[in-house]
Amino acid sequence: MLDQKIKTSFNVEQIRKEFPTLSQQVYGKDLIYLDNGATSQKPQSVIDAIAKYYTKDNSNIHRGVHHLSQVATEQYENARETIQKYINAPLLEEVLFTVGTTAGINMIAFSFGETLIEGDEIIISAMEHHSNIVPWQMLCERKKCILKIIPINNAGELKMDVYDSLLSKQTKLVAITHISNTLGTINPIREIIQKAHKAGAKVLIDGAQSIQHMKIDVQKLDCDFFVFSGHKVFGPTGVGIVYGKKEVLENLPPYQGGGDMIAKVTFDKTTYNVLPHKFEAGTPNISGGICLGTAFEFLSQQDMNAISEHENELASYAEKEILKIEGAKIIGTARNKTSVVSFIIDDLHPFDVGTLLDKQGIAVRTGHHCTQPLMDFFEIPGTIRASFAFYNTMEEVELFLKALKRSVGMLR
Amino acid sequence: MTLEEKQIEITEEFEVFDDWMDKYEYIIELGKELPIISEENKTESKLIEGCQSRVWLNSELKEGRMQFTADSDAIITKGIIGLLIRVLNNETPETIATSDLHFIADIGLQEHLSPRRANGLASMVQKMKLSALKSI
Repeated sequence: MLDQKIKTSFNVEQIRKEFPTLSQQVYGKDLIYLDNGATSQKPQSVIDAIAKYYTKDNSNIHRGVHHLSQVATEQYENARETIQKYINAPLLEEVLFTVGTTAGINMIAFSFGETLIEGDEIIISAMEHHSNIVPWQMLCERKKCILKIIPINNAGELKMDVYDSLLSKQTKLVAITHISNTLGTINPIREIIQKAHKAGAKVLIDGAQSIQHMKIDVQKLDCDFFVFSGHKVFGPTGVGIVYGKKEVLENLPPYQGGGDMIAKVTFDKTTYNVLPHKFEAGTPNISGGICLGTAFEFLSQQDMNAISEHENELASYAEKEILKIEGAKIIGTARNKTSVVSFIIDDLHPFDVGTLLDKQGIAVRTGHHCTQPLMDFFEIPGTIRASFAFYNTMEEVELFLKALKRSVGMLR
Repeated sequence: MTLEEKQIEITEEFEVFDDWMDKYEYIIELGKELPIISEENKTESKLIEGCQSRVWLNSELKEGRMQFTADSDAIITKGIIGLLIRVLNNETPETIATSDLHFIADIGLQEHLSPRRANGLASMVQKMKLSALKSI
């Protein structure tokens, strides 16, 4: 019944045809891929673009005088433009290619960190991924800065009143996840950004879990940095984006030194290249960048509202049914949530449940999801996480629930 | 029974299962039966911290033969530990240190013991062999 309702507004079967990875069997069972929070599958257009690049266009970019170098440069810079338009960045040079979210945050933690002095404060939250915790801890150790944490309530929502009280003129940066990878909580980042700016602080948004679920407009958000990984948004691994406001980026020192990021090198003094190249030392992941552009071309043809409606329908149905299992508890019950369903079942170990689901062809994630402080808060060793993408179907959710009930029965 | 004979015996036991779920049903049963480590040995120092499940291991040398007891908070892990202990218990340190535990791959459970994946069990086998080595 639910399936029919979805088909009228959104054709999931049509979408699935674009993703060849989904049509295969594991352990003799049809693969049901519910680990989209970890990485997404790739549409055929992205896979073809990778093959085309290495078959026809492979060359180093920016400095070559020859034909192939010009072709590769053109495609790489076109990809930057596609991504710029998609996230509505005002300027092309504000879109920096990097390796992924982790590398992007480390880059900002270093370069922005260089502008900080002892006693400056950085605010993060209790629901951050380790990659938005550890780089700041390293920076605080290096520069003797202070890291402050916005706590969460039992539903997994930020305590915004505490956030207000943490902000002060010492606050230099607020680094916050848009969507929690473990809980699915969608944070009120517009409010967070406005309040931080009022206090004179810059804001970095970790968009690793949001860009694939909703339309991102960096101008509307008014964030100073927006960072995400290519592989979670239907693109290749090893490539990601740091969006940064030009006036902020221009005042930061470069992160890595090397080729491409320089204007002139002498042994006495080296001057740096303009944006974006100042932050793009060395030969980049050229094919990754080009094919991330392809992924965004694919994404810009999709109706993001229909996608998020479909994903939420799957997740809320799954949540409702999981709760019917004796001893089941959903971890992360924020009012504003994306299609991530994290749960535990009594004293059953997530690893056991995940292993049995795997043998029935179902890919979920189990463990602490790189958010150990969050696990400590909920006093659990880990969760079982099913994270849905737009290519998942209600039929898959039903099969997942059936397999889950069978697994629980075996373990009890 | 030699270590090799024990490995063959386990492989034969698993041959009757043609379905993955039946195989795991059996491992879960083994996990439930595992004589667990005594509470006083369930300490931090006996803990092998893995990415997915926690494993405690105690090894002792008694009359020239190794004795292992272990526990885990995950029952599948306990089942696999049970198999490892069945193969390695009462063997001499030399036999254990030089053993090739091929039965794990033979019964299709190598994914749990691959050092390429973050998993407590690979370190457990390493620790069992290491404690045997130390006892030589």
